Amino acid sequence: MSIEAHGIRKKFGAYTALDGVDLNVPQGKLVALLGPSGSGKTTLLRIIAGLEFPDPGSGRVLFHGEDVTDVPAGKRRVGFVFQHYALFKHMSVFENVAFGLRVRKRSHRPTNASIAERAHRLLELVQLDGLAGRYPSQLSGGERQRVALARALAVEPKVLLLDEPFGALDARVRKDLRRWLRRFHDEIQLTTIFVTHDQEEALEIADEVVIMNKAHVEQVGTPQQVYDKPASPFVYQFLGNVNVLRAPALAGSLRRGLRPDEPAPDGQIFVRPHDIEVTPHDAGGSGLSAIVRHIHAAGPQARLLVEQVQTREHVEVEISRSELTDLNLRVNDLIRLRLRQTHSFDEDYAI
Amino acid sequence: MAVPTTAPFANRHVRPATHRANRDPAWARWALTAVALVFLAFFLVLPLLAVFAQAFAKGGAYFLAAIREPEALASIRLTLFTVAVAVPSNVVFGVAAAWAIAKFRFPGKSLLTTLIDLPFAVSPVISGLIYVLVFGAQGWFGPWLIEHNIRIIFAVPGIILATTFVTFPFVARELIPLMQAQGTDEEYSAVTLGASGWQTFWRVTLPNIRWGLLYGIILCNARAMGEFGAVSVVSGHIRGETNTMPLHVEILYNEYNIAGAFAVASLLALLALATLVLKSLVEWRQTGTA
Repeated sequence: MSIEAHGIRKKFGAYTALDGVDLNVPQGKLVALLGPSGSGKTTLLRIIAGLEFPDPGSGRVLFHGEDVTDVPAGKRRVGFVFQHYALFKHMSVFENVAFGLRVRKRSHRPTNASIAERAHRLLELVQLDGLAGRYPSQLSGGERQRVALARALAVEPKVLLLDEPFGALDARVRKDLRRWLRRFHDEIQLTTIFVTHDQEEALEIADEVVIMNKAHVEQVGTPQQVYDKPASPFVYQFLGNVNVLRAPALAGSLRRGLRPDEPAPDGQIFVRPHDIEVTPHDAGGSGLSAIVRHIHAAGPQARLLVEQVQTREHVEVEISRSELTDLNLRVNDLIRLRLRQTHSFDEDYAI
Repeated sequence: MAVPTTAPFANRHVRPATHRANRDPAWARWALTAVALVFLAFFLVLPLLAVFAQAFAKGGAYFLAAIREPEALASIRLTLFTVAVAVPSNVVFGVAAAWAIAKFRFPGKSLLTTLIDLPFAVSPVISGLIYVLVFGAQGWFGPWLIEHNIRIIFAVPGIILATTFVTFPFVARELIPLMQAQGTDEEYSAVTLGASGWQTFWRVTLPNIRWGLLYGIILCNARAMGEFGAVSVVSGHIRGETNTMPLHVEILYNEYNIAGAFAVASLLALLALATLVLKSLVEWRQTGTA
């Protein structure tokens, strides 16, 4: 089922959580709502679920073209998974999953046997069938998350909404579980929206990323689109490490290293640390003189913190470990920087 | 010449003489424990023993007679009846108020929270007087009530009203922090799974607060049975009609029927002990399941 939202506004007192937000999620896609905390992404998700309502007269929510703005949450057929799972503590895993079926009106309620069968099938689907009798407090974070997912799926939702689904897990489990979620989504083909503040997570598993900032949608696109062609300085900065250089600093020698269509002379230039090439200073040629201040060699890439000689601005540079060995760099060495790929925006942007 | 105290050596030398909090000498620990125990014995155990000693001062037969006396029985019945109305009302009000405060945003919420504490802040005598001022013969609704032949003050309804007012905070106070800590996610989950408000309350909210609720009910019950001040103002002390157990104890005492007074008082004391046992049981369950 496709999900659309048009012109959604939401204020909490004087605070604007959403300011005229549009969203369009095609059938069967896995979409990430990505943004820093306070950007309005969770509020948007809750409005789609029917747990919050847009300000009167502001906007509509459509499921499969049908207006559900005034339909209560229980009748929207959404599966909602909370950041902290919100499992019913006093019920076993099995009863948690069966809950959505047990609360149905008698005329729509399946028999106990078919409830049991369905609950077990769902627990099998999330690979937890052996834990049906346990209580939530006896499960690990990742297991709880999957129980919450099975519980949400028990009511056969048309849409799956996940609020920071991996936010409360430790780094390793988080990586495993998000790959699992991607495979799981490919298997069940349910339109899914998940909220996250982790760009790596969003870029890795989503079909489409909706980047939000300050109650607005900044950009919508595939992970590659938003990463390669960020629509705004905010998106550029949010999706990875970035250096912001003042263009005047790039006068003289550096200018020659840039393609002519790149920065306006008085604008700002955005460059990712791995798009900077380092050459020894005495080798000559074009480039920006800089002094190495720190070398972090732990990890797959070496990170250098260098200071431009001319402006004293600090720049972060990422090079491979083998490059670092070849250059034989030490702290306080003089080097040259060449920017392989840069980005600039027309509008003014202050950090 | 003394070694300067800042020298490392001096410090090392001095250290054994300074006490850390967890290294008090034995005598200090024993002394503190003894002070606490003596205080407890004098102010809690001794009076309790005195109550039972006085109750049985004239023998078991007299004790039974004092309790079986029609006026004593009437006071016991009235107390039980009052509790049977006041406690369930406060459970309903308390759960509703706690639910509203903990789970919803609305204007005037902090005012409501303050109002819930009002009965704790106001002297019970004042609480009783409020009802006399409102419902008494000279009060706001007095003439109207007399016209319609409804008696509230100096009658059972007044006693129930005063008791309910005084014991109102117990359930709500117990539940508000508990429900606030639990948040609303479980309720929202239930709602997205298609549960109605009623189902959400019975299947999700109530099981989550049951031990806190029971604890609140026990405290509320104990206070409702023992309430003296507010009830004394509105009761009118009509023997066999509007005397609750605490009021009956006072009357017997004022008539120099010490053994009789203490016999009835011992029933209240027993109730207090039973409450304490129940309370510890609930606390033990609460920490066990948390």
